[in-house]
Amino acid sequence: MGSEHGHDHEHDHGDWPYPHPKQPDLEDGPLTHHMAMTEAVAELLIDKGIFSADEFRRQLELMDSKSPAEGARMVARAWADPDFKAHMLEDVNAAAKEMDIDAGGIPIMAVENTPDVHNVIVCTLCSCYPRNLIGLPPDWYKSRAYRSRMVREPRAVLAEFGTVLPDDVEIRVHDSTADLRYLVIPRRPEGTEGMDEEALTALVTRDSLIGVTHLKTE
Amino acid sequence: MTARYSVGDKVRVRRADPPGHVRTPTFIRDHAGTVTKVVGSFANPEELAYGRPGTPKQTLYWVQFPQTELWPDYQGGLKDTSVVDVYESWLDPAEEGA
Repeated sequence: MGSEHGHDHEHDHGDWPYPHPKQPDLEDGPLTHHMAMTEAVAELLIDKGIFSADEFRRQLELMDSKSPAEGARMVARAWADPDFKAHMLEDVNAAAKEMDIDAGGIPIMAVENTPDVHNVIVCTLCSCYPRNLIGLPPDWYKSRAYRSRMVREPRAVLAEFGTVLPDDVEIRVHDSTADLRYLVIPRRPEGTEGMDEEALTALVTRDSLIGVTHLKTE
Repeated sequence: MTARYSVGDKVRVRRADPPGHVRTPTFIRDHAGTVTKVVGSFANPEELAYGRPGTPKQTLYWVQFPQTELWPDYQGGLKDTSVVDVYESWLDPAEEGA
């Protein structure tokens, strides 16, 4: 078979000497203690009637349905409407309600980027994140490297995201360790003065809401 | 409940290493910072984690630390800071001149 291909090595699909690394299936990994406990507790709660299997599924679907779109809409409104921005800086959850957005029961704090201060969010202890407004956190947000380096060398981490700031701008790292979640209001890009809220919403990215990037008009 | 500290107060995070579900990260312990917001009172998560009611409630603060205070060899702007959510039980008044 190898000769048919004109190669000088054996080429047999059943015994390829340089196998493509196989992406493991879910069942190929071990069932860890915590995986088993999670399953067991969920089943117990359903068996005991604390909630139904259907409610459980709906809650998971609700969490999965959250996306940065809600946070982006709020930021665009804040750019367009100074009163709304003031409300958002005072109480994000109430401001969200004004836009028919459910920000959930955990208080979310908005922190505003200015020419002098650049805010960025991390949770050094775990992975606290404003899920109700911007969905599930990216994997890098939960990584040990991000969580430890963002407080130790924020400028180096930001540079890896392409964000380089002059030394006279204060980098303000918010460590979300307790009962609060954080959302960054990025700076409105230049040249967007004539844009309506919908067009502004399209400019806002997830990473800018975490504070690891700036927004540009392109 | 009354908050012991106000915005602008200098505080020092306790140097302690208790076991359990502690919400105060190690890198700020025994470091001095400034209260920048009195957030409100919350059931104590260090108690809630063990199924207890979390009382008495704890006042939660934003404490802002210069990065150069946290990391003596910090490479970056001198104005750079970290702001950490800290519960009152972890804070002492900072000594004069801190």
